[in-house]
Amino acid sequence: MSSQAAPLRGPRAAKPALRPGQRRNRRRARRAALLFISPWIAGFLIFTLWPVIYSAYLSLTDYDVINNPNFVGAANYADLFEDPKTALSLRNTFIYTAISVPAHVIVSLLLALLLNRAGRASGFFRTVFYLPKMTPPVAIGILVLLLFNGQNGLVNGFLGWFGIDGPAWTTDPSWIKPGLILMSLWTLGSSVIILLAALRDVPQELYDSAKVDGANSFQVTRAITLPMISGSLFFLIIINTIAGFQTFTEAYTAFFGSGNTTYSNDAALFYSIYLFQQAFEFLHMGYASAMAWVLFVIVLIVTVIQMVVSRRFVYYESGNNDG
Amino acid sequence: MADLQAGPSQLPPVAPVRPADGAPAAVTPAPRRTGPAGTRRSPVARVLTWLALGAATVVFTYPLLWLISASFKPRSEVFDNRLIPKSFTFENYLTVWQEAPLALWLGNTVLVTVLAATTVTISSALVAWGFAFFRFRGRNVLFGLVLGTMMLPGAVTMIPTFLIWNSLGQVGTLTPLWAGNLFGSAFYIFLLRQFFLGLPRELFEAARVDGANNWHMFSRIALPLCKPALVVTLLFEFQAAWTDLMRPLIYLRDSSTFTVPRGLKALLDQFGFGGDWHWELVVTASVITTVPMIILFFLGQRHFVEGIATTGNKG
Repeated sequence: MSSQAAPLRGPRAAKPALRPGQRRNRRRARRAALLFISPWIAGFLIFTLWPVIYSAYLSLTDYDVINNPNFVGAANYADLFEDPKTALSLRNTFIYTAISVPAHVIVSLLLALLLNRAGRASGFFRTVFYLPKMTPPVAIGILVLLLFNGQNGLVNGFLGWFGIDGPAWTTDPSWIKPGLILMSLWTLGSSVIILLAALRDVPQELYDSAKVDGANSFQVTRAITLPMISGSLFFLIIINTIAGFQTFTEAYTAFFGSGNTTYSNDAALFYSIYLFQQAFEFLHMGYASAMAWVLFVIVLIVTVIQMVVSRRFVYYESGNNDG
Repeated sequence: MADLQAGPSQLPPVAPVRPADGAPAAVTPAPRRTGPAGTRRSPVARVLTWLALGAATVVFTYPLLWLISASFKPRSEVFDNRLIPKSFTFENYLTVWQEAPLALWLGNTVLVTVLAATTVTISSALVAWGFAFFRFRGRNVLFGLVLGTMMLPGAVTMIPTFLIWNSLGQVGTLTPLWAGNLFGSAFYIFLLRQFFLGLPRELFEAARVDGANNWHMFSRIALPLCKPALVVTLLFEFQAAWTDLMRPLIYLRDSSTFTVPRGLKALLDQFGFGGDWHWELVVTASVITTVPMIILFFLGQRHFVEGIATTGNKG
């Protein structure tokens, strides 16, 4: 890093030269370390690096697995922008992510704040809240169909108690996404656990001094609790956004596949579902690869924006940034 | 790190807060913390807290209870929304067992999950140890790469990975569902490395003096000490492999090779909207798919919860 003309006090020069024995030890440590790491290096080369490169190449071809890839330049990307289904699936995915992620984080936060007041019982509730997370996503997709069934589902039965005539969640295109979003909130247990752990790490003396200053519970939450757990909140927003853009199994189970041709399911056509169909149902591997790269770029841009914005809001304790 | 964690415990113990209005003071010793401690709660606020927690409990458990209950109802009563079945029947389980090769599917799934969980735990532990114990040039760059792969959407590598297994003649077999785990997985490498970093270094210096080599230090000292983290890895991957639908959709063709989730999707397509409207069979198969995960959770709930809590710790 430092230029060659750097004075003797440069960081490198400050280190004493290694003795031969030390140097041998270092070489040995490096060799041993690489041996331990070698499974990951092999996996990275075979299952990440090569696929990334090959997928970039495929995105510039027509490829149906049977015949050799046929180079078409940027044609797939051009088609992508004219394909109404791509636009539709992208729109669905944006709506789903934009609503489900904030809802997920806000509800998790409220539940974690409640749990933080439950004293010893919080362990029990923590377990209960996590339980739905164990349900296989395919079963959750089926639960969507059953619980949100317009005529005799549990959700509309519950709404009926309050005299509300619930919508046809699973067949009315404008209610399909709300149903899926509500169902996705059922599995937020892990976020509650992460936030509860963060809440318990907030130093007690901050609360004590706030009490001395006469702050009320709402002020304490706003001025102390939220800033102190903002790192965890931000972490949840990022990973849930990335997951939201890739949502697949629940919606695919409920609204796609060979069984479901009786009604319009365009409202549940998420980007990953359309990509999967293009790749493995229509065998448009080149087109699907182009879709994957567009998804990658979108996720990257959104994540970078979130990181930049977060600099303003996220508080990290000093000395905690080196990890 | 150490000085940060010592924070709360170094303080003089906070005097227990007395209830404001004549209610008898709690006799039990105050728990470590009952909320942002010190803030007084009116009885109304307490009742509301417990009501909200109770309501949340119903929301989180009722759908599963409903599902299990519905699997014991005859076809005509599946949607009657009673919690206790009016007429209890075991018929659905017998029918679904006859209609679908469930034993085969369960066997396939067990095979895949056991292989996936054990291979990923062993390989990830090796890699994590390589990153945690040794200091070498390029370590941070490499580890950054490990973390970076977690941000890569699966869709980017999905198609070429399929082509690899296709050219190896493995499409249609169970191999692609677990063999990638031989090479470790970024998330578990991260998790295990965090745990290894917490082990005191003197332990290994002492072992080195006693003549232990690198392998012994890993296998005889580090691994036994980080059993909890290994259990977390096993449990997480067991769940991930058991519940996966996308890879079975991509790789499995013949019904005899299906895993349970893939089979459940096929049953839904056959008996759900697609065809015969036998929802009681779909419900029953869903229960069969889900119950092993619930058992797994109750066997290892502490590990699940602690594993999740550490995940968010270093966000």
